[in-house]
Amino acid sequence: MEYLKKYPKLSQWLFLLIVFFALCFAIDVPETYKFIRGQAEFVKDPNQSVYFFLGKEVRYYAFDVFWRLPPLLGWLPIWINDSLFFLMNEWMPMEFWNEDTQEFKTRPLLLEISRNLTSFMTFLIELIREILLGGLETIVAFTSWDFIDAYPWLELPGLPWTIVAAGAAILSYKLSGKGLALFAGLTMIYISIFGQWKPSMQTLSFILVAAPLSFIFGLGLGIAAYKSKRVEKALYPILLVMQTMPQYAVLVPALVLFGVGDHAAVIITMVVAVPPMILLTILGLRAIPPEVIEAGRMSGCTNWQLMFKVLIPTARRDILIGVNQVIMVCFSMAVISAFIGAKGLGFNLLLALNQLNIGLALEAGLCISLIAILLDKMSLAWANKQTDYFGNLTFFQRNKNVIFFAASFVIGIILAYVGTFIFKGSFNYLFEIPHNKGISTADFWNKGVDWIFDTFFVYIKAFNTWLIQDVLQPMRALYLRMPAVATLVLAVGAGYLIGGIRSALVVAALTLFIALSPWWDRALVTLYMATFGVVISCLIGFTVGTLCFQNKKSAAFMLGVCDIFQTFPSFVYLIPVMMLFGITDTSVLIAVIVYATIPATRYTIEGLRSVPVGLHEAATMSGVNKFQRLTKIEFPLAFPHMMLGLNQTIVFALFMVIIGAFIGTEDLGQYILKALSDKNGAGIGLTLGICVAFIGLIFDNLIRTWVGKRKKHLGIA
Amino acid sequence: MSETVIKCESVYKIFGENAKKMLEDSNGNVDAKTFQERGCIVGVNNASFEVAKGEMLVVMGLSGSGKSTLLRCISRLTNATGGKIFIEGQDLLELNNKELIELRRNKMGMVFQSFALLPHKTVVENIAFPLQIKGTNTEESISRAMEMVKLVGLDGRENYFPRELSGGQQQRVGIARSLAVEPDIWFLDEPFSALDPLIRKEMQDEFLRLQEKLQKTIMFITHDFDEALKLADRIAIMKDGIIEQLDTPANIVLNPATEYVRKFTEEVPREKVLIIEDVMDASSKDNLGDLKVSKDEIIENVAEKILTQEKLVGVVDSNNNIVGSIKPSKIIDTVFGGRKNGS
Repeated sequence: MEYLKKYPKLSQWLFLLIVFFALCFAIDVPETYKFIRGQAEFVKDPNQSVYFFLGKEVRYYAFDVFWRLPPLLGWLPIWINDSLFFLMNEWMPMEFWNEDTQEFKTRPLLLEISRNLTSFMTFLIELIREILLGGLETIVAFTSWDFIDAYPWLELPGLPWTIVAAGAAILSYKLSGKGLALFAGLTMIYISIFGQWKPSMQTLSFILVAAPLSFIFGLGLGIAAYKSKRVEKALYPILLVMQTMPQYAVLVPALVLFGVGDHAAVIITMVVAVPPMILLTILGLRAIPPEVIEAGRMSGCTNWQLMFKVLIPTARRDILIGVNQVIMVCFSMAVISAFIGAKGLGFNLLLALNQLNIGLALEAGLCISLIAILLDKMSLAWANKQTDYFGNLTFFQRNKNVIFFAASFVIGIILAYVGTFIFKGSFNYLFEIPHNKGISTADFWNKGVDWIFDTFFVYIKAFNTWLIQDVLQPMRALYLRMPAVATLVLAVGAGYLIGGIRSALVVAALTLFIALSPWWDRALVTLYMATFGVVISCLIGFTVGTLCFQNKKSAAFMLGVCDIFQTFPSFVYLIPVMMLFGITDTSVLIAVIVYATIPATRYTIEGLRSVPVGLHEAATMSGVNKFQRLTKIEFPLAFPHMMLGLNQTIVFALFMVIIGAFIGTEDLGQYILKALSDKNGAGIGLTLGICVAFIGLIFDNLIRTWVGKRKKHLGIA
Repeated sequence: MSETVIKCESVYKIFGENAKKMLEDSNGNVDAKTFQERGCIVGVNNASFEVAKGEMLVVMGLSGSGKSTLLRCISRLTNATGGKIFIEGQDLLELNNKELIELRRNKMGMVFQSFALLPHKTVVENIAFPLQIKGTNTEESISRAMEMVKLVGLDGRENYFPRELSGGQQQRVGIARSLAVEPDIWFLDEPFSALDPLIRKEMQDEFLRLQEKLQKTIMFITHDFDEALKLADRIAIMKDGIIEQLDTPANIVLNPATEYVRKFTEEVPREKVLIIEDVMDASSKDNLGDLKVSKDEIIENVAEKILTQEKLVGVVDSNNNIVGSIKPSKIIDTVFGGRKNGS
């Protein structure tokens, strides 16, 4: 009772829980309810109910409204589909000049735009790809096939891999120094020797097109949002949803609008990569000291001069951090876009995983990871590099990097030419090592996997069975046992207790959207998997973070490890778990746990670190021991930041659960995967993506509101 | 006095959504409290004053007194809510964007508390920045900037970046930048507040040296009363957006207009602020002793000499004409008397 008096909110929370459980027990499971596996929703069943909305027919299983709400939003995906179809195929037909047939043709406007956009993107990608790998599409684009037949020597030869490797090393040297240069050089040599050159360069060309375009759009929109409150208000909800939207949910609509292939992937990658650029641009511009802006204006800058000569250079670092984000998002999209037919490393990885060739998958995965680390380190080094004065240097000093590159260019060409004599009749290893003609360790790994399976099969199997039967299935059943009304009450009540009416309304709207969609059960399954992952991740991350924090060196080391792991596209995490646990829910959950532990650890260390030194000293002087200091001072102060870590952990876990559908789980992700191969999947994919994003946003809203209040309370806002 | 350069007529700056309308309704009778209750914050409240050519007006006030806001109204970094501001007879608030930019490019220079240098430019590039913005070609602007580098004593460091300079050096760059376009009007917003005391004193002396040479029209903002006394031709003391008193340093010390101003002057060593002219008796010019002092001497410098005299001491102007006299006991009164009454 005293406790209740001390913490008045506690009684309110207790009350909420009591109501929740009372509802759970009061509402029985309807007899007809059994969670339907797989495709059951598409099967016509005499028990199905039907309603019409806006001329669309929606079929569903009707339950007591208290148990499950009817899918009143079931028309949304159908409607989105039909609208898209209408826009693409019927809306605004216009006359367009057709180059090939030399006559006017009637086509819907949007279709024409999408065609032109895709052919432009295809051209860009091909151009860069052919510089790196050789080919003749670019020249054909300017002339014709006949022209190429007449002058066959016009074909672009592509750069020898030695030149690209040298270029990467020299650029890294300029940006950071010897260490990174060495890493870049070795990575490139590794890629080449192990026969991953072609897919790697395909992926790279993809990034070289997507990243600059995303940067330009992101910067432009960021500036617009900085200048106009109205633009910012309009962009904000989109940015919020995009941040919590699983990346591959957006692939589905791209498929409909732009078809299959690299071009569609590039366009959709921009959709995903632009939001972080916008956010960081706004953040960077906002962080400029007002006096610098005033100094610019007092110098008589026009608005244009102020933006490009004062604001952007001053916000350089934040904007370049944005570039880093853009590059990393583009890279992970380049991998995931394999689902809609983008070529490159992701495609090889997907293929290998589909064939269950873990060895090949591992090789592709390693390449992906190395390139991810390299891109991350290079772009970060660029952001942190400060401008230097070079007016007093000699011509050679000033241009030494260019000179070195020119020299290595010449040497590379000579080497490639010499190679034609050495490797007569076979492949010119000094020019380009073809895919799968390099050294391969796949067999070794495959044998290793087989050995692990043979040796540990019994134990792994036992663990698997135990986990699934005794932990996961009961937990899943518990989640599904919640009546919709009880869940709503719990969510809205939590919103009200944490953030008042405003939060309650936001949470209610988000939850209702999911509850009224046809996938409430799936959302619960997603939630249960995410919860399981988050709980374990938080336990691990919290413990590891706290332990590492005890020593400065280990803390820095751990943060470095987190940095590296965070650069890997989420898809890569599936490789090792599949290697060990095969195709089961356990694999997915372990991938979720590994992936989601990163932010949990990072935020724990960062939170503990942010406790002011003065407080440490004050505590030591009042004679607390190490443990007391941790529990009485550091944890309470670091807690809000650690909660932000929880927020990230939830988002990471959700992403991974969704990707895990690739292995075969029965959550929302499975439906997204299914929508990918469905002609009418666009609406379903998009709606599902929004559902996942909303789950993330519910927690995001609650946690952020709480953290904001708590920080204000502690005076560390 | 010579021609007026800056002229303010009941300038108001009120922050908040309906500020303009509320100001119109209030008929010029702005009460900070009632405005605050309705969600508006009064920054500057009915400021009227003039600054003559070559004069240095120091605006003194504690933080939140509206002194920086007043300066930003006059440089139009923010738009005044009400009132009129004239710069050399031009109505500042009527200028369009282009004219305003023109005015800033040629007539105004400003120095900031946090230096506000561009981090990506070297010292000389920072100083050349306003010139390049104006469209001066690179060669000319750099050579002009080099002159400024010498003027503020940073030669040899012209290719350093701001991050490589100390606070004092950075502010020298800020000063040089603000002077690069040879402005007539010079705004300084707490230029020395971020510096430590020794450097601050050095920079104040340097600043006085520069001003002697350049004779700009200056508005100088500070929260440091001693700094104000040291530099100012006239001081405006602000509190809650209102100018409490605007007068010469001597008058402010001798005749504080309000209780608030008096509190500031209490601790001021008068002998360091007042000159002989402020305390002399202009009517009696007879019965003088041998000693003569200039009317512009600061009391501290001549106090010892005067106190050893028994007769009246004659006060002379720069042409050695006797303009008044001073009794030795008057010095004692000035130094000790006023303060005793005050405390």
